[in-house]
Amino acid sequence: MIPRPKPERFRLRRTMMFMNAQKPGLIKDAYIYGCDSIMLDLEDAVAENQKDAARFSLYHALKTIDYGDTEVIVRINGLDTPHWQEDIRVCVAGGADGIRIAKCESAQDVKTVEDAVEAAEKEFGVEVGRTLLMAALESPKGILNAYEICAASDRMLGVAISGGDFRKCMQTKPQRDGVDMLTARGMMLIAARAAGVQCFDTVFTDLDDMEGFEAEVRQNKAMGFDGKSLINPKQIRLVHQIFAPTEKEVTQAEKIVRAYKEQAAAGVGVFTVDGKMIDIAFIPGAERTLRLARACGMYEGDLV
Amino acid sequence: MKNAVGRDIPDELLVNGKEVYQGKNYMDGKYIQKAAPKTRRYETPQESKLVGSLKEALEQCGAKSGMTFSFHHHLRDGDFVVNMVMKAAIEELGLEDLTIAASSLGNAHDPIAAYIEEGKVVGIQTSGIRGRMGEVVSAGKLKTPAIIRSHGGRPRAIEGGEVHIDIAFIAAPTSDCVGNCRGIGGKSNCGSMGYAMTDAKYADHVVVVTDCLVDFPNMPASVEAIDVDAVVVVDSIGNPKKIASAAARISQNPRDLMMAENVAKVIAATPYFKDGFSFQTGVGGPSLAANLFLEQYMDERGIKMGWAIGGICGPMVELLKKGKVGKVIDVQDFDLDAVNSINQTPGHYEMSASQYANPANKGAFVNKLDFVVLAALEIDTGFNVNVLTGSDGVLRGAPGGHPDTAAGSKVCIIVTPLTRGRMATVCEHVVTVTTPGDCVDVLVTDYGIAVNPLRPDLIECLDKAGIPHVTIESLKEKAYSLVGRPDDLQWEDKVVAVLEARDGTILDVVRKIKPYDPEN
Repeated sequence: MIPRPKPERFRLRRTMMFMNAQKPGLIKDAYIYGCDSIMLDLEDAVAENQKDAARFSLYHALKTIDYGDTEVIVRINGLDTPHWQEDIRVCVAGGADGIRIAKCESAQDVKTVEDAVEAAEKEFGVEVGRTLLMAALESPKGILNAYEICAASDRMLGVAISGGDFRKCMQTKPQRDGVDMLTARGMMLIAARAAGVQCFDTVFTDLDDMEGFEAEVRQNKAMGFDGKSLINPKQIRLVHQIFAPTEKEVTQAEKIVRAYKEQAAAGVGVFTVDGKMIDIAFIPGAERTLRLARACGMYEGDLV
Repeated sequence: MKNAVGRDIPDELLVNGKEVYQGKNYMDGKYIQKAAPKTRRYETPQESKLVGSLKEALEQCGAKSGMTFSFHHHLRDGDFVVNMVMKAAIEELGLEDLTIAASSLGNAHDPIAAYIEEGKVVGIQTSGIRGRMGEVVSAGKLKTPAIIRSHGGRPRAIEGGEVHIDIAFIAAPTSDCVGNCRGIGGKSNCGSMGYAMTDAKYADHVVVVTDCLVDFPNMPASVEAIDVDAVVVVDSIGNPKKIASAAARISQNPRDLMMAENVAKVIAATPYFKDGFSFQTGVGGPSLAANLFLEQYMDERGIKMGWAIGGICGPMVELLKKGKVGKVIDVQDFDLDAVNSINQTPGHYEMSASQYANPANKGAFVNKLDFVVLAALEIDTGFNVNVLTGSDGVLRGAPGGHPDTAAGSKVCIIVTPLTRGRMATVCEHVVTVTTPGDCVDVLVTDYGIAVNPLRPDLIECLDKAGIPHVTIESLKEKAYSLVGRPDDLQWEDKVVAVLEARDGTILDVVRKIKPYDPEN
C-alpha cells in the first residue's frame, strides 16, 4: 500500500500522458519519463469486454506502485456507458489523484460524477473532497457549456479538449495552422480562465511529425494553455522545453516577487522594477513563472 | 587468493606466473616476450595453394590430436566454418584432445557441444560462449576450464605465446588462389576481418576457407597470402542473413530512447565533449540510440566527432557520410550498411583486434578513446559489470571489447534498464566480474543515473549541468524493491571457466552450477 499525498488542485500540469490502464508493462513505472501527470485510460484504449480486467490492473497499480510526485489521473468511461460508476469506485478505492470525465457536456454531468465520487469516498473511507475532477470537452455542446462545466465543482482542476471527437462533430480534420479548432480552443480557454481552472490541449497523434507537433505546442503556449495531453513519452521533452520560461522571464519574475515582498513589508503597494510600474496584479503571474522555472530546473531560490 | 575486485581465485590456477587481478594498468611498463610461430617456407614459386578439401588442408598442415585450432567470429551467428573444420578433424581424421581458440563462439556452434561431451574437444578459449556450448561447459563437461578473454586480451595472449595456435582457419568472404583475403566482394560478406589478423601472423599454419574465389591479387587484403599455407573452397562459409543484419535500426522503444538521451546528456556535460572527440558505442537499443541524441548535441555546439571505433553499424556510417565524424576505424561490422562501407567510404578503415584493444602493445585505439557507451547484463554496487553469465550462473555471453574500451576510455558509460523481467540488473554482487568497477564511470538506467565515486570530476560535471544523479546503492535498492532480492546461486567447487582480465591476470572464475533444488 503506497500512501499518496493529498492531491493539489492547482499544480504544474504541462504534460499529461495517456496510457492504457490494462497494460502493466506501461503503467508499472510510467513516472520515469518525467511527465507531470499520467492519465490511466479505462475508456477508449480498453476493449469493451476488457473493462473489468483494466479496472483490476488499475486498482492494483494504484495500490502497489509508488508514482512519487507524478500526478495520477484516471480517464473513466462516459456517462452513457454501464461502466462509469464502477470505474469511479475503483479510482477512489485505489486512491487516484483525479478523475477525467469523458465526453462532458454540462454542469450536471460534473455533478453526477461528483455525487458518485463522494459516495465512493464515504464507502472506502477516503477523505471527502480528496479526489479531483477534470472534464474532457469532446463536442460542440461541451464547448458551448464550458464555463458552467469549469465552475460546476470545487473539485474541478481543469478542462481539456479532445480533438478526435470534436473534429468529427465539426466535420473537419487537423490543419497545419490549427484553424480547425482555433475557436473551440479559444472559447474553452476563456471559460477556464473565467472559472479559475486550468486548461489543456488535445493529443497530437502523428508521432513521426515532430515538426507539426512542435508548431502545435508553440501555438498552445502562445494561446495560454497550461499543458497538453500526450500519447508517447518522446513527446514530453519538447513540451517541457517550449513551456519553459526564458532566462529573462525568470530574472524579471524574481525581481518582481522580491521587490513586492520588500515593498509590501514597508507598506508600499505600487512600485517600479526596471522602470516599469508593478502592483499586486503582477504577482500571481510572476510566481507562476518561478514555479514553472523551478520545475524546469531553472530556479533554485526560495521565493515560491 | 582474493583479487582486487574481491573474487576468490583458487591457488591451483596461479601457476606459471599467473597472477590475480591487481587493478587497472597493473602491467604497465613490463616487457612481453613475443612468441614467433614456426612456419613453413614456400620458396618454390606456387601457382596456387588450392587444396581439394578441409581434410586435405588439415593433413597438409600436419594436423594431429592435441592441437589448437583458431577461428574468428566475423561471420557471427551465420558461421559454418568452425563446425565444418571440427567435423573434418574429428570425424574424418579421427583427431581428439583438440582445443578451439576462437575470437568468439555463439549459437551457430551448438554442434561443438557434442564434441565436448564426447571428450574430443578438451579446451575452449574464446570471448563469447553461448547456447548449447555454454550449457555443457557450465555443466562441467569440458576437460579443462574454458578461458574467456576480451577482444584485446586475445591478441595479447596470442602474441605473448599464452595461446599457441597450431592451425588458424580463416573464414574469408573472398580469397584468391594463394590466400589474399577480404571481407567483401563475395556472397557471405562480413566487412572487417580485424579479429583474424593476429591469428594469421602468429599461427604455425594458416588455412583460408572461402566460398568465393576471386582473381589474384585480391587487394587490399585483410589477411595476406604471405601467411597462408592452403586455400579451401567450400559451397558456403555462412548464412549471410545471420552474418550481418539488413540495417541496424535505431530503437523506437521510449525507455531505450530516454536512456539514450540521458547518455548523450552526460557526454555533453563533460569537458571531453569538444571538437574532435572520439567515441564508441554498442549496437544494443539504448547504446545505438545514443548516436541520435549525440548528433543533436554536436549540431547544437557546432562540433564534430574526430573518430569512432568499434563494432560498426549503419548509423555511424551515416554520420561519416554526413561529415559529422572524421574517421571510422573498424574491427567488426554489424550490418550491411557498415559491410558495404568499409574501405569504400573515404575515412572508413579496417583495423586488427590488437590495434583496437590489446593492452600489451604500444598503444591501442581504445587508449585514445574519450567515450564508450556499453550495455551490461548486471552491474553491482562496486560498478563491476557482468556480460558473461546469466542469472542462473550459466555461460551465455561475451566480454568482447567491453573491458578493453572501459579501461582505455576517459568516460565509460554503462546503459541498462534497472530490471529485466524479474531480474535486477543493478545488484549487490554480479555473478561474474567481466569488467572491473575501477574502469566503469557512469551508469545510466531508466530509473536514474549513478556516477562511480572514483570519478569526483564527473560528479562535478553532472552537478554543474543540472543532471540529477543518485547513488548506485539506491538504484540497487530500487531494483530489489521492484523485483525482490534473489537467493544466492549455489555452486560446486569445480571451476568451469577462467575469466582473464585484459592484462592476463585472473579477474574471476565461473564454477559448475549446482542443479536447482527447490527444497534447498
